[in-house]
Amino acid sequence: MSEQPSKKKFLYINRKAPYGTIYALESLEVVLIGAAFEQEVSLAFLDDGVFQLMEGQDTTGVGMKNFSKTYRALGDYEVRKFYVEKESLAERGLSVENLMPVTYEDEDDDYAEKPSIILVDRAEMAKVIAANDVILSF
Amino acid sequence: MSTLHTVNKSPFERSSLASCLAHVAQGDAVLLIEDGVTGARRGSSFAEALHAKSPVCAIYILAPDLAARGMKAEDVIEGAKFVDYGGFVDLVAEKTRVVAWL
Amino acid sequence: MRFGIVVNEGPYTHQASDSAYQFAKAVLARGHEIFRVFFYHDGVNNGTRYTVPPQDDRNLQKLWSELAETHKLDLVVCIAAAQRRGILDANEAKRQGKDGDNIAPGFRISGLGQLIEAGIQSDRLVTFGD
Repeated sequence: MSEQPSKKKFLYINRKAPYGTIYALESLEVVLIGAAFEQEVSLAFLDDGVFQLMEGQDTTGVGMKNFSKTYRALGDYEVRKFYVEKESLAERGLSVENLMPVTYEDEDDDYAEKPSIILVDRAEMAKVIAANDVILSF
Repeated sequence: MSTLHTVNKSPFERSSLASCLAHVAQGDAVLLIEDGVTGARRGSSFAEALHAKSPVCAIYILAPDLAARGMKAEDVIEGAKFVDYGGFVDLVAEKTRVVAWL
Repeated sequence: MRFGIVVNEGPYTHQASDSAYQFAKAVLARGHEIFRVFFYHDGVNNGTRYTVPPQDDRNLQKLWSELAETHKLDLVVCIAAAQRRGILDANEAKRQGKDGDNIAPGFRISGLGQLIEAGIQSDRLVTFGD
């Protein structure tokens, strides 16, 4: 039972808004370190987690580090699947236009810039969860 | 290939139980631990939502957490199953993955 | 079966560390193996030996340390989270120019890679948090 496949599918579930708690920031730190392990990595943003991807975050007034740009750099670390839940956006009066553009360069397609954000509904999100091996929740 | 979902917060305080129940798949199990056990209280406003999910997934309650909060087996929704920490371990082993709805 | 355990909250404020401890004991009692217990976020606060809870209360740090000693468990405190929260071992204290360390017996400070490794090497990863 302890025989491991060489690659596992990691899913990071983000359900909290940034700044009010440290979970979003420290989740991002795990994602960055985890990228070096050559596992399959996906991120899920649901519930208040969708606020982590808001465009135009400005933290100057709260004196905290704005880490939102890091999400946009994840494409360079082979982290290219950002599953964002439609219902969670709608419940919060948000649409994908309110989110920052997160893209990656597809080296198999002449480095074409492609979107990392994949909009899914709740049923699809349930399937995303069920398709992964290791789920880290923050 | 099913999932064990753990919920540790009261549904009266957080959306984690509601979110968990909206993402369970057929054959999954939901285990209420810590303050999460309050959601299973019979006659509470979440009892119906939990009960409605029972054809999809089994609802388990960590008995020591229920007892710590002054509730007994007869105080929770019908059909819920009880485990101790050993039973929690068995559930984890039985399922393919664990999702903690923190 | 091989288990990995993640503890994301410190002792006493949240039940997470208590739950994780009870769970860890049950894992061992069932004859399973614990690959690693990883302490992240405020969970690193479980690893200071300077906690002095009232005598009639449980001492979570001691419980973890004793469990680690008895069962040769690997208790890992995340270095980045630990530095933010003032949990230091002797090496780190020296490196950061601090006048003392506070890591509890049985705990060690290491990087986030240890969490990923726990995810890879364990058959199941179970998280306790807020």
